[in-house]
Amino acid sequence: MSDLSHIRNFAIIAHIDHGKSTLADRLIQLCGNVEDRDMKEQLLDSMDLERERGITIKAQTVRLNYTSPSDGRTYQLNLMDTPGHVDFAYEVSRSLAACEGSLLVVDASQGVEAQTLANVYQAIDAGHEIIPVLNKIDLPAAEPERVKQQIEDVIGLDTSDSVGISAKTGLHVDQVLEALVHRLPPPKGNLEAPLQALLVDSWYDSYLGVITLVRVREGVVRKGMRLRMMATGAVHLVDKVGIFTPKMVETDSLSAGEMGFIMSGIKSVADCQIGDTLTDERNPAATPLPGFKPSVPVVWCGLFPVDTSDFEALRDSLAKLRLNDSSFEYQADTSAALGFGFRCGFLGLLHMEIIQERLEREFDLDLITTAPSVVYRLYMTDGVMSELHNPADMPDPAKIDHMEEPWVKATIMVPDDYLGQVLALCTERRGIQLDLTYAGNRAMAVYKLPLNEIVFDFYDRLKSISRGYASFDYEMSEYQESDLVRISILVNAEPVDALSFIAHRSQAEYRGRQICARLKDLIPRHLFKIPIQAAIGGRVIARETIAAMRKDVTAKCYGGDITRKKKLLEKQKAGKKRMRQFGKVEIPQTAFISALRMNDE
Amino acid sequence: MTHTAASPRPATPPASPQDSTPGDEGFGVYVHWPFCLSKCPYCDFNSRPGNPTDQAPWRRALIAEMDAQAARLDDRPRPLTSLFFGGGTPSLMEPETVACVIEHARALWPAAPDLEVTLEANPASIDPARLAALRDAGVSRLSVGVQSLDDEALVALGRCHTVQDSLNALETATSLFDRVSLDLIYARPGQSVESWAEELKRVLALKPSHLSLYQLTVEPGTPLFRRIVRGELDLPDEDTATDLFLITRQMLAEGGLPAYEVSNHARPDHACRHNMVTWRGGDYLGLGPGAHGRLSAPAGPLATVAHADPEQWLAAVTSGAGGLAEATALTIEDRAREMVMTGLRLAEGISESRLRRLTGLGFEDVIDPDGLALAADEGLVVARGDGLAVTETGVLLLNTVTAALLSA
Repeated sequence: MSDLSHIRNFAIIAHIDHGKSTLADRLIQLCGNVEDRDMKEQLLDSMDLERERGITIKAQTVRLNYTSPSDGRTYQLNLMDTPGHVDFAYEVSRSLAACEGSLLVVDASQGVEAQTLANVYQAIDAGHEIIPVLNKIDLPAAEPERVKQQIEDVIGLDTSDSVGISAKTGLHVDQVLEALVHRLPPPKGNLEAPLQALLVDSWYDSYLGVITLVRVREGVVRKGMRLRMMATGAVHLVDKVGIFTPKMVETDSLSAGEMGFIMSGIKSVADCQIGDTLTDERNPAATPLPGFKPSVPVVWCGLFPVDTSDFEALRDSLAKLRLNDSSFEYQADTSAALGFGFRCGFLGLLHMEIIQERLEREFDLDLITTAPSVVYRLYMTDGVMSELHNPADMPDPAKIDHMEEPWVKATIMVPDDYLGQVLALCTERRGIQLDLTYAGNRAMAVYKLPLNEIVFDFYDRLKSISRGYASFDYEMSEYQESDLVRISILVNAEPVDALSFIAHRSQAEYRGRQICARLKDLIPRHLFKIPIQAAIGGRVIARETIAAMRKDVTAKCYGGDITRKKKLLEKQKAGKKRMRQFGKVEIPQTAFISALRMNDE
Repeated sequence: MTHTAASPRPATPPASPQDSTPGDEGFGVYVHWPFCLSKCPYCDFNSRPGNPTDQAPWRRALIAEMDAQAARLDDRPRPLTSLFFGGGTPSLMEPETVACVIEHARALWPAAPDLEVTLEANPASIDPARLAALRDAGVSRLSVGVQSLDDEALVALGRCHTVQDSLNALETATSLFDRVSLDLIYARPGQSVESWAEELKRVLALKPSHLSLYQLTVEPGTPLFRRIVRGELDLPDEDTATDLFLITRQMLAEGGLPAYEVSNHARPDHACRHNMVTWRGGDYLGLGPGAHGRLSAPAGPLATVAHADPEQWLAAVTSGAGGLAEATALTIEDRAREMVMTGLRLAEGISESRLRRLTGLGFEDVIDPDGLALAADEGLVVARGDGLAVTETGVLLLNTVTAALLSA
C-alpha cells in the first residue's frame, strides 16, 4: 500500500437549487484555484444548457490544494461534480464509485427531497462517509434543527457533526473543508499494482478529441502508455494525462487514488463506456472494477426535421452528439405524417429534452418531436418476442399473444397537505403502493408505477397538484404483462401515425377523449369543419369537431398596407413550414408534443 | 347630404371584370400629410401631433419629389385618375399647398375626364372658409373622419371631436362638394350588433354616397393594444365580429350602397377612384413622409417607401437626395401576386385580362391550382367574367382564401 493519506475524493449530493454549484464555486475559490476576476457562477457547469437549467449533465472533477490550519498539512482534494438527475442514475453511481465520501447538501428551509434521497442511498451503497451540510442557514425561513431531524429520520444519518453554512455568502465554508480532511477516509490503492482506472465519464472536444475522466484505483497511468478498455477491448495510446483546476493542466502521470483526464486519440465516445476499466495493455489487471453496465435507453421518441430537406443535417448532428453521449441511440425512421426522421432512445425524459434542446440550439435544427413512448415487449402467437419502440409499428393485435410493459419503483416526498392528491394521482396512474412513511410533516410514498404512465405528464401533474412541493424519483424495476391497446388519432378521417399511442385498456377512453379535446384547441380553424377521432382498431372511442373558421378578413388595405399584407402572407407561408399537412388539414408541429402532454390546465 | 342625381342604375354589384378596358386601372398620386392635432389611441399610421407653421418648404419638397418620381416612370400614357391627400390630417394643409400640388400634377399628366381629387378631413379641423378654399384649390371629394355617431364611442376612440362637430362638418362639406365620404369604425370594444345596426340607420339617414366602414383593428404598439392586452377592454369575439360584418353588408346593400370592396360601400359611380387604382393594380406615386407607391419603371415594377420621419423626409428631398427610403424592384410575379391580393378585395374581383395586360402573366402563373380548387369547392370563390371573385362567404375568409390561392 502506498501513502495516500493526503488525498480526499468527494462528491456533492444535493437537490436542484439546494446550492451544490454555489458551494463548489466557494470551495474552488477558497482553495485559490480561480482568480476572482475569472470567477463566474457555476464554474463546473460548462454547457450553456447546464448553467441555464441549473443541472449538471456531464461529470467533472476539480483538484484543490488545501492546507489545513489545524494540522498544517497540505491535502489534495478531488471534487467530483456528478450529474444530478434520475435519468443519469448509472452515471451518478459511477461518479460516486470514484469517491470515498460525500457532502450531503440540504437546503435548511426546504429539507430533504426525493432526488437527494436516491443519490444519498447510492452514496451509502458506495460505502461513502457522508457529511451533512445544511445550506442557506442565513435565510429567515431556515429551520436547521427540523431539517437535521428529518435527515436522521429519513436517511438515518447522524447529524450531530453537520455543518451549517451559507454557500452564497461563504459563511462557514471553511468548516466544510476541515470536515472533509478530518472526517473522510483517504483512498486506498497501490502504485505498484497493475493499472485499474475507472472511466467516470467522457466527452468529445472538437479540438482535443475524446477526453475521458478517470479515477485511478491501482497503479499509475502515464503518457505513452497503451491503454486497454476492458469492456470494449479498444486499445489506445495515451497522449496526455492531467488534472482540472478547473482548467485543464497536464501532469506527468495520474496515480492510484487520484482523479484526472486522459486523452488518447479516441475518435468516438462510443469506445468509452462509462464504468469501464482502463488498464495497461502490457501489464493488465486480472479483473475489471465491479459495477459496469452498458446503458440501455428506456424512453423513445421520434425526431423529425421541420424542413424535410434538413434530414441529412439531422443525421450528422445526431452522429456528432453521439460522439459526446453514447447513452442515446438513434435509428432512421419514416412516418407517413412527418416524413423521414429518426427514432431515438434516451435514458429518461430529461435526457430526451436535453438532446432535443442541444440539437435545436447547437446545431440550429427545427425539430418535430413525437410523444415519448416506452419499450414494450410483444410476445407473438408464434412464440417470438420482439421489442416495440414505436406505437406506429404495432402489429395486428390478432398476432400478439400478450404484451409486457416496464414498471418503475417511484419515491415521492410530499408535505402532508398534498398527500391525498398525490396518492390519488398514483392510483389513477395504475400505481401500486409499496410503502408510506412519515418524517415530520413530510410523507414518503413508494409506488410501483408503469413507466408509460410517467412519460406522459406525471411529473407535470405532480408538480401542479403539490404546488411544486413534491419531489419525485424513480428507478427501473421490471416488465409485467399488461392489457395494452393502441389508440389511433384521425384528423378529418385521416389517421395521423405520429399521434398514435399505446395505453392500458382501462385508460384508453379517457386518454382518447383528452387528446381529441386537446387537438381541438391546438389545430387552428380551417375553411371547413374538421372531425377529430380517437379509435381502437375500427372502433371510435372519442370525437370532437373543430368548427369552420367564420371570418379572418383584414379590414383595411391601403397603399402602404399592401406591403404589410404581403409580409403577413409571407409570414403565414413561413408558418406553414411549421405545419404538417394531413389531407386538407394543417397541423401545427407543436400539436404533436402538446397533444400528448395531458395537463389538466 | 346630396349626391349626384338619382342614378337610373339599380344597386347591383359593380360591372364584372370582363369589362376591363385598357387603362381602366387608372393612375394616381397619393400625398401624405403626417401631422395631426393629436394622435388617436388606435392609430398606427405615420402621423404625429403638430403642424408646420411655414408650409412653403413642404410645398417645394412635394413638388420636387413629384418630379423625381415622375422621372422614374416608363413612358406609357398616364391620364391622371386620382389625387389623394391622406394622413395624418391633410385638412391641416394650407389650401395654397394643396393647390400647388394639384396644379403641378395636372401639368405633369393629362387629367382623365373623371379626375377625382380627394382630401381626408377631420371634423375638428373643418371650417367653411377653409373648405371653400380647398375646393377652389381643386379638391373635388371630401372624406370625413366621422368614426362614430356615438359621443361615448368617440371619447373611447380618443377622438377630439363630437358627433355634433361631425354633423356640422358634413353639412358644410355637402354644401361645397358633390362627393363626400364618411369614415366610420365599428366592432369597437363592447359594441353589440343591435347598437351598431341602430347607428348604421342614423348613418344611412344622412344619405351618404360613399362609406368606408372599418372594423377596428388593434395594431401592436398602440395604446389601444396595450389596454386590450391588459384586459381593460374586450374586442368583439369572432362570432360577433362576423355578425357585425354581415349586418353591415346587408343593411348597406339594402340602403343602396353595396360593398364594392371589403370595407368600402358606395352608390353606383361613387366608388373612390383612388382606392380603385390601388386595388386594380394601377400605378400610384407616394409623396410625403412614409407614403408608399407602386411605379412601373422601364426596368420593371418598383415598390417605394418614403422616409417616415417628417424632418428626415423634408431634409432628404430638400438636399436633392429624394424622399425615398426604399425603392425595391419587384419581380413581375410579385406584382402580379399583389394584384391578385388587392383585386380579390373588390366585389368585381380580379380580371385576368387586366392582369395579363399589366404583367403579361395569367392566373396559371400566379394562382395555386390546389388552393383554387379548395376555395372553389368550399364555395369561397367563383369565376366571374374573365376573372375571379370571392363570394359572400369568401369575403369573410379573405385572408385564408388569398393565402390558399397564392400558396404556391
